[in-house]
Amino acid sequence: MTANKNLQDNLIRGETGDWEIVIGMEVHAQVLSESKLFSSAATAFGAEPNAQVSFVDAAMPGMLPVINKKCVEQAVRTGLGINAKINLHSVFDRKNYFYADLPSGYQISQFKDPIVGKGQIELDMPDGSTRTIGITRLHLEQDAGKSMHDQSPTESYIDLNRSGVALMEIVSEPDLRSSEEAGLYLKKLRTILRYLGTCDGNMDEGSMRADVNVSVRKPGDPLGTRCEIKNVNSMRFVVQAVEYEARRQIEIIEGGGVIKQETRLFDNAKGETRSMRSKEEAHDYRYFPDPDLLPLILDEAWVNHIKATLPELPDDRKNRYIKDFGLTSYDAGVLVAEKDTAVYFENAAKGREGKLAANWVMGELFGALNKENKTISESPVSADALGGLLDLIMNGTISGRTAKEVFEEMYASGKPAAKIVEEKGLQQVSDVGELEKAIDDVIAQNPDKVAEYRGGKDKLFGFFVGQVMKNTGGKANPGVVNDLLKKKLAG
Amino acid sequence: MSIDKNTVARIANLARIRLTEDEQNAMTREFQAILGWIDQLQEVNTDDIPPLTSVVEVTLPLRDDKVADGGYPEDVLANAPKQAAGFFVVPKVIE
Repeated sequence: MTANKNLQDNLIRGETGDWEIVIGMEVHAQVLSESKLFSSAATAFGAEPNAQVSFVDAAMPGMLPVINKKCVEQAVRTGLGINAKINLHSVFDRKNYFYADLPSGYQISQFKDPIVGKGQIELDMPDGSTRTIGITRLHLEQDAGKSMHDQSPTESYIDLNRSGVALMEIVSEPDLRSSEEAGLYLKKLRTILRYLGTCDGNMDEGSMRADVNVSVRKPGDPLGTRCEIKNVNSMRFVVQAVEYEARRQIEIIEGGGVIKQETRLFDNAKGETRSMRSKEEAHDYRYFPDPDLLPLILDEAWVNHIKATLPELPDDRKNRYIKDFGLTSYDAGVLVAEKDTAVYFENAAKGREGKLAANWVMGELFGALNKENKTISESPVSADALGGLLDLIMNGTISGRTAKEVFEEMYASGKPAAKIVEEKGLQQVSDVGELEKAIDDVIAQNPDKVAEYRGGKDKLFGFFVGQVMKNTGGKANPGVVNDLLKKKLAG
Repeated sequence: MSIDKNTVARIANLARIRLTEDEQNAMTREFQAILGWIDQLQEVNTDDIPPLTSVVEVTLPLRDDKVADGGYPEDVLANAPKQAAGFFVVPKVIE
């Protein structure tokens, strides 16, 4: 590969100059609901094959769809959460194609008149800035069944449990410019959906799947021909797929070739995209309004009611953390990314120094949890317990360094901070008389160093602090030691 | 708008309907007659008139989100030409 990536401007250096990647995403998010979009069969994950299938889902002749109010509400809620226009009039269409996991031969979807129109979401960039990505639309549609191809060499096994489950297809504008942005977009969208409670965002279980449209162009040129990479199932794979696909396209164009618009799939194991080689005709869906369903008309008062009951969203929460807790944009962004983390942080920070709490949650706590691959809800140290430790730091009972030791013990034993400090006698020594004695000892033991310091070698100050700390078993109050040392060393 | 035999053959293929040469010819004539009639309707000026989706004044009924169906895999599978371990079994389909 000759194409190199420049992280500064997101451009890829090719042999003929710089290339810009243009990415648009279509995310399928499974709606959180008890029953399916057009039938009353259950949606729960992991049931026995075909146990959650009604005759509607199996497309038995004569069965008619009846729409689930909750699914409509969830779509509206999501639309409001991405600052989008809610269309009070929307229409369900049939998207016609044949596949073994689609018993009716068509998917009920929304084509011309989706339930949600244009919106936008803000990406939290690693440098603390934000970037606005346009949302083209969000529409409701049915999921298909699941095919399994590894049970037999000549046959496929079909489970229709997922058939008819409600999906929201969320389509972005081609506003994304790098694989990192594509990953951040998916992450932010998932955060918003989880805050709203409209999708669980579990990519492992297929609750969220992304189709990624990638094209390349010279900066300033019109859009290039795009390829659609289907069903990319993790943040990491989205980043990998975009990287691979952009480089593939640049190599073709620079080699004198032309990009063919096509659907490709991402091979997780090999980290590459491959043509699906499906017949062109397969994509002629012959959409038409579903004659079994009338247009969906929403009451504006109902939409306003949903709007009034929206939870605090990640962006608002982030701004509140910056304002109320004095956090940086980056720290606030990290803490709000998962709702559980945000709730934990707030409980630990309440009535305490926000910045200190943020540092402890993102530093020691995340570090310890990551080591064991635990989520914050599995943390052996509760938010209140961490708050107890912060109290001891804030009121000067222990130093920050001792606190790390106490934290490790808390994490291992589940004991409260105050108890550990008491049992191990870790209370910080702030008593001036006691510390003066320790300092006098250090000065007496190191006459040469004292002379050097007084001769202008200021850097030695740290050495004296270190010695006093060592002689007091790390329990000396560093602030008090600093003050006293300065006075004593000044002679 | 006119329609030719190739278009008919393509639509038949998309709909998974096998048509003989004679049937394609007959179908082409029928399509042409239908589309001729549509062309005639197109002469009416419908600017600023929203599409009519229903002639009855009813709105789409919404149902509550309750699980009240499913749970009968044996019935769902009853007509399957082949099944195994609760799954429909079909000739291999993989892209």
